[in-house]
Amino acid sequence: MRPSTVAKVIRIVSGLYAVAIYGFIFLPVGVLVLFSLQATSFPIPPFTGPSLRWYDAVLADTRLTSALVNSLLVAALSSAVAVTLGFLSAWGFARFTLPGSALLRGLITLPLTVSYLIIGMGLLVLFNWAGVPKSLLAAGIGHVVINLPLCFAIIYSQMGDHQINIERAARDLGAPEWKVLLLVTVPVMAPAIFAGFFLSMTFSWDEFVISFLLTRFDTTLPVEIWNLLRSGLNPKTNAVGSLVFAVSIVLVVFFELMLLRRKPA
Amino acid sequence: MNPATNSGRALPWALVTPALGWTLLFFVLPFLAMGFSSLTAHDGGGFTLSNYSQFFTNPAYWQAMVNSLQVTAIVTLVSVLLAYPFAWILAEQVPERWQRLALMLAVLPFWTSYVVRSYSWLLVLAQNGVINRALTDSGLFTEPVQLANTRLATITGFVHFFVMLLTLTIFANLKQLSPSYRKAAADLGAGPVRTFLHVVLPLTLPGIMVGAFLTFVLCIGDYITPQILGGNNELLMPQLVMMQIGRRGDFPLASALSIILMAIVTIAYLSCARWLKIERA
Amino acid sequence: MTAPLVDIRAVSHRFGQQTVLKNVSLQIEPGSYTILLGPSGSGKTTLLSILGGFVTPSEGKVLIRGEDCTTVPPAKRPTTTVFQDYALFPHMSVGGNVGFGLRMQGVDAATRAARAREALALVGLAAAFDKKPHQLSGGQRQRVALARALVVEPAVLLLDEPLGALDLKLRRQMQDELKAIQKRVGTAFIHVTHDQEEAMALADHCVVMNDGRIEDEGPPERVYARPATRFSATFMGESTLISGAVTEAKDGTITVATQTGSFSLPGTLPAGMAVALAVRPEHLVLGAAGGAIRLGTAKVSDVVFQGSFKRVLAASENDPALHFIARVPAAAVVQPGDIVAVSCDAGDVILLTG
Repeated sequence: MRPSTVAKVIRIVSGLYAVAIYGFIFLPVGVLVLFSLQATSFPIPPFTGPSLRWYDAVLADTRLTSALVNSLLVAALSSAVAVTLGFLSAWGFARFTLPGSALLRGLITLPLTVSYLIIGMGLLVLFNWAGVPKSLLAAGIGHVVINLPLCFAIIYSQMGDHQINIERAARDLGAPEWKVLLLVTVPVMAPAIFAGFFLSMTFSWDEFVISFLLTRFDTTLPVEIWNLLRSGLNPKTNAVGSLVFAVSIVLVVFFELMLLRRKPA
Repeated sequence: MNPATNSGRALPWALVTPALGWTLLFFVLPFLAMGFSSLTAHDGGGFTLSNYSQFFTNPAYWQAMVNSLQVTAIVTLVSVLLAYPFAWILAEQVPERWQRLALMLAVLPFWTSYVVRSYSWLLVLAQNGVINRALTDSGLFTEPVQLANTRLATITGFVHFFVMLLTLTIFANLKQLSPSYRKAAADLGAGPVRTFLHVVLPLTLPGIMVGAFLTFVLCIGDYITPQILGGNNELLMPQLVMMQIGRRGDFPLASALSIILMAIVTIAYLSCARWLKIERA
Repeated sequence: MTAPLVDIRAVSHRFGQQTVLKNVSLQIEPGSYTILLGPSGSGKTTLLSILGGFVTPSEGKVLIRGEDCTTVPPAKRPTTTVFQDYALFPHMSVGGNVGFGLRMQGVDAATRAARAREALALVGLAAAFDKKPHQLSGGQRQRVALARALVVEPAVLLLDEPLGALDLKLRRQMQDELKAIQKRVGTAFIHVTHDQEEAMALADHCVVMNDGRIEDEGPPERVYARPATRFSATFMGESTLISGAVTEAKDGTITVATQTGSFSLPGTLPAGMAVALAVRPEHLVLGAAGGAIRLGTAKVSDVVFQGSFKRVLAASENDPALHFIARVPAAAVVQPGDIVAVSCDAGDVILLTG
């Protein structure tokens, strides 16, 4: 049969192609993790056997550990602000007809189309003029600028007519506005709010250029890793990179499980 | 109609004002400040257009823009060409129950730190890195090949990232396609190849354009990847901008270069705009 | 008669653990309009997918024009499908959609356009050739889907709940058009629906399905007047069902004992067999002057005015499990709580053994 031969060829070629792409995708990460586990001073072949020496070195490095704490703090706080502002404005735009609504919504989502570099540059120039010192707070403000449009877009797109009717039903049954918000809107929108918060966390956690431009002494982990890089190939960088990778995977798996658990309902 | 609309205009404005205010204060205002700064002289003088004219007269600056556009165009094209078949395989050849896992695996390194991802390519491409080691050990080459600190290294690092991003968006596009389109094409006599060419590909093209635009925007504004992998052999625009701030503290010139970079992105957006809107039946 | 156009032989199908078709056999005559009628989950849509080639049955064969098509892919078999969601290609014009099948056959552009226009004229949409699908209304899209499927001149046209997405009035109007188009082109149509009115209005041949089996098949008049099983007596139109058993059988007459009395009916069933008597609502007579079969008295529980008649629900006073569904003239005076005598003619009783 001819068609089944074609299908077979397609399957085989597909399989080979998929393996090649997976290989390409995992090659650098594999190399990173592998050479974080060797004791020599250079993360280069040949591989000389497992050792946790460089992980100890990372955990003993207070600059790195405090940068890690800073990163988590900035990510959590800036995401909380972004998701709160995003949710409130999405609610406002979805529920009420405001003059110039389309234009204002466009304004809120505008930063999505602008490079982080330019957002960071702008804030640097402004803060420089206004005399605001470089700090984690300044970087956090920048992170809200990049994540607010994302949270807004995710939550706004999920506020359909269905949700509007659920809210109407609550008002119809006598709930005051703040109870509608707290008991109906927020729980119903929880998946979108959670998705917005999670994405903001990962973007903020990973963001480099804004933090690089807007912080000085206390800084975030990506900037601290960048500083390590100046010394060239360094197994400590491998170790800290592998740790970041591990934390991210745990977060992603956790997020997947949350999503999967919600689905069957 | 809506009962809350009767309670006055205060509530809706109270809801949207914080977000609007934040955007105006920390996005629009900085942009204006940058625009203003770009029109002043570095040494404190008054109004000048020299920052812009420098870009057009200094061949090094001009070259950075050409480099940026070339690299971005190659990266976008190669990433789409690599990611589309991969996304198609995940969506159509992998059994339904394994698809989520296959996709999650395909984009897992996406979640590593951005800086670390470029660094790990350095481990692969360096003079004494994995590839050169394999090449010399196998006897194919006697001397290590210059892979790191080249344009090829920058492109490899970028493509690695954007293949993952585009696989995600194209996969979503393919899955959103109603299966009855494919069924209808097959029913009317189209084989797998023609079903793909006449139905699947045209219907996913708007999604590809959105992905390609996203790739363009993120790629042309990125500093890390060219700085770590490309080195300073040839400069891309973001490297040039950062150089003005880092080495010389020349905010006005950095501002002018940023605005030129943004203008390029805007032109790209306007030229793709009709593709970014999608008609749905 | 010549060989049937479509011959489905002992087809069974399983999705995982679940058996959705159980040993189904069916023959379709050329030029006929066949309706597969059944509730959701009855297997009717799976059967249609098997005919279209989208599903290969676990067991059994499908012959079209005498050729075994069981494993032939959709593209290679002489069937086309009108999909429930129409599946019009949104990036092509209406003309491009209708011409798609011809393009796949390698027909040149001029011929293609001419034939697509003809097909569109057939469904009354000649003017829509250059429009995009999203510019059309639901009913118009439905017609384009029909034209697209017909233009390649299939031996059998398959329609998967084609009117399901339309509102009631449009549905009735499209029904008439579908029937007229089918008569004009003479192609055999096989049409899946759960709407019994649609089935009665359209079918030459009505196939009632339930739980993966064919319960009954035949001309709709026959299926309505003489349903073969309890299921088809209640799914295709309503019926009052009275359970009983044959107590005596002699000379072509049997006696059936029920909780509400014993009745003599024409028939040749053996004594001791469990049966059910079905009576259509319009054949039940309420009130003293009634038919020969006396079904006892009943208390009216509900009266629903339906325009040209009233639908009366009444609970038997003799058998608590028995609920009568009757239809009386709109002018009849009857109210909930009334006690009425119920009867019918022997000729209107349908004897069911299934």
